[in-house]
Amino acid sequence: MAATNKIGLEKGDYKGAPTTLCQGCGHNSILSQIIAACYEMNMAPEDIVKFSGIGCSSKAPTYMLDRSFGFNGLHGRMPAIATGAMLGDTTLTGIAMSGDGDSVSIGMGQFKHAMRRNISMLYIIANNGTYGLTKGQLSATSEVGLTLKKQATNALQPIDICVEAMASNATFVARSFAGDPKQVKTLIKAALRHNGTAILDIISPCVTFNNADSSYHSYGWGRENKNPIHDLSFIPARDEIMIEDYEEGTMQDVAMHDGSVIRLKKLERDYDPTNRMAAVQILEESSANKQLLTGLIYIDPNRPSFVNTLDLSETPLNRMTDEELRPGPETINDINVAMF
Amino acid sequence: MTDKVTNDFSITVGTENGSGSQTSNLTILRALFKMGVPVSGKNMFPSNIQGLPTWYTIRLSKDGYTARRDEHEIVVAMNAKSFERDLKDVLPGGVFFYNDAIKMPIERDDITAYPMAVKQIIKESGISSNLRTMVSNMVYVGVVAQMLGIEIEKIKMALDFHFKGKEKPVSINMTVIEASAKWAAENLEKTDKFFVEPMDKTDGLIMADGNAAAALGSIYGGVQVVGWYPITPATSLVEKMNAYLPKLRTGKDGKATYAIVQAEDELAAVGITIGGAWSGARSMTSTSGAGISLMGEFAGLAYFAEVPIVIWNIQRMGPSTGLPTRTSQGDLNQAVYLGHGDTKHIVLLPGSASECFEFGWKAFDLAERMQTPIFVLSDLDLGQNQWISEPFKYPDIPMDRGKVLWEDDFEAFEAKNGDWGRYKDVDGDGIPYRTVAGNRRVGSSYFARGTGHDAYANYSEDPDIWMEGMNRLNTKYKTAQQYVPDAIVDNMDGASVGIIAYGSTDPAIAEARDLLEAEGLKTNYLRLRALPITDTVREFIKENDVIFVVEMNHDGQLREILSVETPAESTKLISSTLNNGLSLTAGWIRDDILAKKEI
Ligand SMILES: Cc1ncc(C[n+]2csc(CCOP(=O)(O)OP(=O)(O)O)c2C)c(N)n1
Ligand code: SF4
Repeated sequence: MAATNKIGLEKGDYKGAPTTLCQGCGHNSILSQIIAACYEMNMAPEDIVKFSGIGCSSKAPTYMLDRSFGFNGLHGRMPAIATGAMLGDTTLTGIAMSGDGDSVSIGMGQFKHAMRRNISMLYIIANNGTYGLTKGQLSATSEVGLTLKKQATNALQPIDICVEAMASNATFVARSFAGDPKQVKTLIKAALRHNGTAILDIISPCVTFNNADSSYHSYGWGRENKNPIHDLSFIPARDEIMIEDYEEGTMQDVAMHDGSVIRLKKLERDYDPTNRMAAVQILEESSANKQLLTGLIYIDPNRPSFVNTLDLSETPLNRMTDEELRPGPETINDINVAMF
Repeated sequence: MTDKVTNDFSITVGTENGSGSQTSNLTILRALFKMGVPVSGKNMFPSNIQGLPTWYTIRLSKDGYTARRDEHEIVVAMNAKSFERDLKDVLPGGVFFYNDAIKMPIERDDITAYPMAVKQIIKESGISSNLRTMVSNMVYVGVVAQMLGIEIEKIKMALDFHFKGKEKPVSINMTVIEASAKWAAENLEKTDKFFVEPMDKTDGLIMADGNAAAALGSIYGGVQVVGWYPITPATSLVEKMNAYLPKLRTGKDGKATYAIVQAEDELAAVGITIGGAWSGARSMTSTSGAGISLMGEFAGLAYFAEVPIVIWNIQRMGPSTGLPTRTSQGDLNQAVYLGHGDTKHIVLLPGSASECFEFGWKAFDLAERMQTPIFVLSDLDLGQNQWISEPFKYPDIPMDRGKVLWEDDFEAFEAKNGDWGRYKDVDGDGIPYRTVAGNRRVGSSYFARGTGHDAYANYSEDPDIWMEGMNRLNTKYKTAQQYVPDAIVDNMDGASVGIIAYGSTDPAIAEARDLLEAEGLKTNYLRLRALPITDTVREFIKENDVIFVVEMNHDGQLREILSVETPAESTKLISSTLNNGLSLTAGWIRDDILAKKEI
């Protein structure tokens, strides 16, 4: 008999349709980690809702969490649909999946405004530095000098997704690499508990169009140059928090909105992800040094989410009765009087 | 004084945009309404915040005609920049009130000219100097009231209303108005023939603009998620919602039962609306033509993924930015066919403020019943001007949430019908059963998408499955005929000439029919209230020998649609169109129909 989690579900209960993405595509490994995270966190698939735009990365939600509702929307417009849907039912946990074309070319505006509103959801950008679904064009995150088949050599400066996120006052900004499943999973878990928009820029190689070792979005380059800021673990709320023996200054706990804790163990340097200035600086440094910096770059667990800002009723909008929605007949007279 | 004219003339006021004249104009309008005189007010304003000339026309009509007129019996000139034009506009035998600070020649002896000592009156009224420019437009309210016979007590009621009973602004303005009336009584001798007298023709009616009505109708329809982006002339719709929602729709826990989101653009506005509707909240957006253009791709998605949203279009002149502060009915084709591929949308066409209220709530019922976007086409004239209206009627039927399955319904559905498929036509009416995100029942979820899908919402590129889906959508569109508000027909005995029109032209058509009858031409009138057309429309077209399709766009968009729907009869349909930014006048309609009737 297959193993089950605390709510009695097997891992298979979190799967989706068989993938049609290329074998080895980074997006597939992200999907496995989302599935693993949801399973391990004992989340009912019915409590989750999936969103995506258009692209290979945006197709990916089809291949996970079959039992969850999902909306595969328009190219670059996922955040709007997600915003509306998350307002419609505030009890759901949102998982959004997008690509670099989807979020920082056609969808740059919506991407930024999602963060500005701080709508509560996990927002993954599977960043492969190319347009996979339209067969390998240069993207806004392609590095200078990248040459792709049938395309010119890129001469334009790339857009750094995490820098954009910081500029938009995002409350959760992380970068990871699809070739580092453990870190991806830990970040997903933390992001799923964040009360706000949690941006995960995951370098997710496109094995078909952009995987030469020299390319910044390839497996080879990632393995060679990835540079984790810290060692991460996630302790869910209600789990006992283990007090570990550690040297002064080598560990930091970040308490999240729901009581979960992100535990950061120091690697080479001191880094405090609640320090905004430090985050901006480390992003600039790593891009100057051509390193793939990974980890939790910034977190502000306390900023109100959009639902808090709007002061929405506890009852989800979609569960309200007709009586709650339609003002009573006794009110109409006052309205007519108010018209003159 | 011969041939006294009572309650049957137009007053046009020429002022400077941003000078606060709107309060003065609305005060006169409302005072007349309170005197029981049928009135209408039309604002002609530039796309500008301050400085350019702007006009406001109040029409009094003892016979109840409220359409715009081109003729101005009385003109009030407060703006030096438009003085010459204003003077020219006065009909022979008319009246010209002017600010005596404007030193320009008045070389007309066929009118009565009354100077108004604006500066002097304001100065002597004792108003503190920092408030003087603000209230100078109240001078003409007092002078005109005195000279025509508008009751000061009704003016006070109008001001009380305007300032929501706030004593200070009311008393400051009343001081000026009373001083001006007194000045006029002492200094001007009435030599013109125009008079206002009380009537009882507005008893039981209200005065409202279509946007406020639409906002309130939506609130009584249970609106929950609104994505929007500011654009004239749609903005006031959502602003009115913001004004009324806290009072009418705060939940038991003291929190909001709705979410209004000012989006980053119209793409996001409609996207938010679609997201809200998809998770089961009543969702709408409101915009004008330019915004609708941006919503095109999303409209196709909502049509094909079958998401019930409501889109209000308060039409203005296009293409492009066009004339952003002028009215039009130019977006009908755009609404029906918005989206790439085979899209065909349901469109509602309110013709009065009370109908804006009614369609406000009905649009949600229809959207959820039909599981599709509903476009509601109002326009700048209907949306922003004040209209005499029947009082808003409380919805006479309970909310129709359509075929939506929550946990228990889902169980019952499966027990009865076997398996469930999001896009499966169980009842043969083309309308499937939908579940919404948040339904916790295992098996109730589906993956919504704009790509090809089968009856179970699975991705599919199969040509036959595609055809099945589109055929079902067509069946659904046919089903809509039984749910949309039917056309309203008003026949005259012995008439064989028909008129078809819709929306804000209704008062002009009503008046034009009387004018035509006076010319010996009796007409039947069908006011279209929705698309797709119903049998009522088909019969009307069949029964009349010739039908004039009157609309405010250049190419006769409704005529085109009707021709496609009734090909055998299409030669009977004659376009009568004018699209110049101004609402139609009865005189123009009469002339156009008479001219085309000859051909
Ligand atoms: C409005 C619009 N323009 C263009 C396209 C074509 N298109 C589909 S996917 C895509 C790019 C996807 O790139 P990305 O988001 O990086 O995802 P990937 O496929 O690389 O995972 C484009 C341009 C579209 N679907 N819609
Ligand atoms: S084309 Fe690239 S991005 Fe698309 S599935 Fe294949 S590997 Fe992945």
